[in-house]
Amino acid sequence: MADTTRRKMLAVSALAPAIGIAGALWADGTSQEASAVSDGPKRFGAPLSAREKLRRRYFPNLPLITHEGKKVSFYDDVIKGKIVTINMFYAQCDEICPRVTANLVKVQKLLGDRVGRDIFMYSITLKPEQDTPQAMRDFMEMHGVRPGWTFLTGAPDDMELLRRKLGFTYPDPEIDKDKAQHIGNVRYGNEPMALWAACPGQANPEWIVESISWVDRAKLNTKTSITSTKSSGS
Amino acid sequence: MYFNVFGEKVSKARHKEMVNAQKNRRELIAARLNRRDLFRMGLLTGAGYLVTKGGLSARAQSAPALPVNQPASPQVRPFIEPLPIMPVKEPVHHLSPAPSVDPLPGEGRTRPHQGLALFPPKQFYEVTQKPTILSMSPDLPLQTLWGFDGLVPGPTYAARYGHPVLVRNFNNLPLNDNDGFGMPSATTHLHNGHTPSESDGFPCDFFEPGQFYDQHYPNVLAGILSTHPGTGDINEALSTLWYHDHRVDFTSQNVYKGLAGFYLLFNEFDTGHEHRGFRLPQFPHHDVPMVFADKVFDPEDGKLFFDTFNLDGILGDSFTVNGKVQPFFKVKPRRYRFRWLNVGPSRFYEFFLTDLEDLDAHNRFWVLGNDGNILPRMVHTESVRIGVAERMDVIVDFSNFRGRTIYLENRLIQLSGKGPLPPPGDIAAAGQGNLVLRFDVDDDRVDDDSVPPHLFRGYHLPDTTPEPLVVRSFRFDRLNGQWSINGTFMDCNRPRFTVKQNSVEHWVLTNFSGDWQHPIHIHLEEHQVLSRNRAVTPFRYEISRKDVVKIRQNERLELFFRFRDWTGRYPLHCHNTVHEDHAMMLRWEIQPDGDTNITP
Repeated sequence: MADTTRRKMLAVSALAPAIGIAGALWADGTSQEASAVSDGPKRFGAPLSAREKLRRRYFPNLPLITHEGKKVSFYDDVIKGKIVTINMFYAQCDEICPRVTANLVKVQKLLGDRVGRDIFMYSITLKPEQDTPQAMRDFMEMHGVRPGWTFLTGAPDDMELLRRKLGFTYPDPEIDKDKAQHIGNVRYGNEPMALWAACPGQANPEWIVESISWVDRAKLNTKTSITSTKSSGS
Repeated sequence: MYFNVFGEKVSKARHKEMVNAQKNRRELIAARLNRRDLFRMGLLTGAGYLVTKGGLSARAQSAPALPVNQPASPQVRPFIEPLPIMPVKEPVHHLSPAPSVDPLPGEGRTRPHQGLALFPPKQFYEVTQKPTILSMSPDLPLQTLWGFDGLVPGPTYAARYGHPVLVRNFNNLPLNDNDGFGMPSATTHLHNGHTPSESDGFPCDFFEPGQFYDQHYPNVLAGILSTHPGTGDINEALSTLWYHDHRVDFTSQNVYKGLAGFYLLFNEFDTGHEHRGFRLPQFPHHDVPMVFADKVFDPEDGKLFFDTFNLDGILGDSFTVNGKVQPFFKVKPRRYRFRWLNVGPSRFYEFFLTDLEDLDAHNRFWVLGNDGNILPRMVHTESVRIGVAERMDVIVDFSNFRGRTIYLENRLIQLSGKGPLPPPGDIAAAGQGNLVLRFDVDDDRVDDDSVPPHLFRGYHLPDTTPEPLVVRSFRFDRLNGQWSINGTFMDCNRPRFTVKQNSVEHWVLTNFSGDWQHPIHIHLEEHQVLSRNRAVTPFRYEISRKDVVKIRQNERLELFFRFRDWTGRYPLHCHNTVHEDHAMMLRWEIQPDGDTNITP
């Protein structure tokens, strides 16, 4: 480090606490000198099922309260064993929430009585301080939400954790604070099949319904038609 | 409240540690410490990362700059396995049942072949996408991947102009077991192909496990049925194509799982032979395709991990080339042609040749082709930037590095799905980027009859002076997290506009999404960049034909197109595969009669 400049030294001094406790390293980029990792794959635990890995990573079993005031657990009662759609909202949100909710009401109509039977729709609040079960029921009534679609609230810390776990976030922490910036999408998935995707909440309702059908186990092997348009190739 | 990347609450002290770690990393980059300093100080791993322990890089726990929910991969030893070379795909003598214009029983195709009678196939292939168990590093457990013929990357097709091909593609993916990500329905796109719509691998033309799909690749030059009847325009010749799964909304998952490979197209100039035509280095010995794919492995079980709940863009911290984590490649001290392909999902690379013994050296190489399209002359450069799905054909002359060890290093700094940092702070100092591949250069004497790069003359660029029939505008935007084009989202069932067959158009692409960058891909026809922010493109090797174009921060690009020969549906989309899967795509059509919708 003979050529270390003052600028470099400043940077290094900022790192001083790190240097002493740095872990085992390879000697240099070209060496194959062994380190802790040379034990190879033996160091890894037995793999979990895909379903279990996804549960641990994304679906904390948090206590939530439905718009009917019922206590439920996020994984056990909301997600487990189901085909679901999940979006985020808050009742006092002006722009994006009403638009997405109105669009999803059309999706619910198209799905008919399958909603609540084999497809479960969920909206999770970002402002649990305001969104009591009563406030959520008012919001649902205003939009014409029908049975089978559940609105969920809970403790503020839990709702924030859920937002982050489900990826309704923005890379820049400042912009991330404005929650309306990143809640336009709808997650959909088939929990037992570990099959998950997402689409814009403002996409054509027919297209959202078709998208949900892709993760529907019973329908996986029956291709839906995309040849219905007049200009379908030559 | 403070959070780590997994969305979990952390203490204030831990959060401060995370922020400091990030600050330290920036200071380190700014200080331009060389790699040996860093090793000596114990701050850098052999894989080229800042150490994860002790709070320098809080990656193992979290760091504000890392995408949400993304774990840090376990460390593995770099450069202990050789670079794998994909085998050349072998044809079959015939197909049974014989290919037919109309879809066959059991076939997923929905439309007749447009060109089968005009260009009857001379070469037949059968390929199957299926699950496979492969090793990506001896320090990781075996991985369950999906590969064409069970290979990751898939086999390399070596096709020729004038030899039409029919590929019968069988979907043998598991219906009910995706191991955490991947959609078993599939559609295989031949990227850059001048391919009839029904064989293009359009994202909505997916077919299911148990079905097959016949894809007819005429291997003809653009213009053959229009401007240059019977021959096509030689200046539209394509060289380095690739094929990959394009299942609408699931492309990122399926390609990450392994469904991609090369398709090379030779002709009388780009012969694959060192003594004929352009006299480029001999295929396959000195003409080597390379697939770059950045990955994340789960730190607990070492298995490939895909973050299905990340809609911004997924960055891997583990760098694979041809399916192996950081391999080495023994080369002779002569010229090689490398075909570099970035399959994403979301990372941009800027590759340099780095000698760790001499970090001040400027190790130049030559760019031969951009997006698989050979340039009029090679461009001498120190680096190339490659967005997702772009290809760079390069010539590296290792006679300059006889007996030495040279690294292919990505020095582009990218911290999120947004794309790389804006200049001037976007390039790390030599030796501080990601060492992706190690070249061990022999000291032997060796023949090299390939063309000296400065003497090379390739194809001319097609004329871009013809007036456009329509100038269309496309705005790429992020609306409350929803990726959009002109404020609208992908829908397979709704074509957004129709181009008149055999016409010229200009397309204006504008980035409205602030500091997000997008590699935009348009199927069927190549384009040329007429302007970037109303000026000539500043990138020398971008003066070329392209099929993917990067729109950077606040940029407006104008592209020249001539749409020829085939009709039907094609997409325009962002090739950050995570953006693409979340609706940053549209369906357009080409038909005998077009429309004049200027903001479709």
